[in-house]
Amino acid sequence: MTVKVRYFAWVRERVGKPEEDIELPTDVKTVAELMTWLAGRGEEYAYAFGNPQVIRAAIDRAHVRPQSPLKGAGEIAFFPPMTGG
Amino acid sequence: MIASLTVRLQREPFDAAAEAAKLRGRGDVGAVVTFTGICRGDEAGEPIAALMLEHYPGMAEAEIERHVAEAVVRWPLKGVTVIHRHGRIAPGEDIVLVVTASSHREAAFGAAEFLIDYLKTRAPFWKQVEKASGKVWIEAKKFDEVAAARWRAPGRKTAE
Repeated sequence: MTVKVRYFAWVRERVGKPEEDIELPTDVKTVAELMTWLAGRGEEYAYAFGNPQVIRAAIDRAHVRPQSPLKGAGEIAFFPPMTGG
Repeated sequence: MIASLTVRLQREPFDAAAEAAKLRGRGDVGAVVTFTGICRGDEAGEPIAALMLEHYPGMAEAEIERHVAEAVVRWPLKGVTVIHRHGRIAPGEDIVLVVTASSHREAAFGAAEFLIDYLKTRAPFWKQVEKASGKVWIEAKKFDEVAAARWRAPGRKTAE
C-alpha cells in the first residue's frame, strides 16, 4: 500500500522534506509502528522520530492516536503538538 | 436559527471590528463576544522580529469547522466567525479572531472561550518566532491543554 506522508513544523525540518510517497511494509499496521519504521530509515528520520511520544498524527486530515490502524489511509501526517490560536 | 457561520484562513490581516459588526443588526442578537489574539513583541523575555505560522491546509479548515459545528450544538448561537491567519505576522498584528453572537451573554462568552481553547490545542497550526538569536518553534503549553480539557464532557470520546 502506497501512502502520502506529510511532515509539519520541526518534524518537517528534521526529516528535510514536506512530504513523500511511501510504500508501506506489510508488517507496519499502526501509526506507532510507522513512526518506529520511519525512525530506522536514516539519521534525519531518527532525529525526527527519536521521541515518538511527543509527535501527533493525523490520517486523512483527522487526528488519530498512536495505536490507530493505517488500513485504508491515503494521507498520513506527523507534527508536533499544535500551537495555534 | 443560525444566521451566519464563517471560517476563514488567510495570510492577510483582518478587520476585527468589521467582522463583529456583520453579526449585529438582527433583532434576536443581544450579545456579541469578540476575541482577538495578537502577536506579542517578546517571547520568554526576548524581543521577537516576527511570528511565522505554519498550518496544514485542508485539515486546519476541517478542524475549525468541526469545532464551530460542536459549539452550535452546545450553545444557542446566532452567528459564529473564526478567522485564523498564517504566514509571517509582525508584533502588534492580529493572529486569530473568534466572534460569537447569541441572544444572551452566557452562550456568546461560553462558545467563544470553547472555540479559542480548542483552536489552541487541536487546530493544526504551529508558531515559530524569529529572535535575534535565531528561529525557535514555540512549545505547546500545559495551560492550554488544561483549558481545552475542561470543555470535555465526562465520558465523552475524543480522538486524543
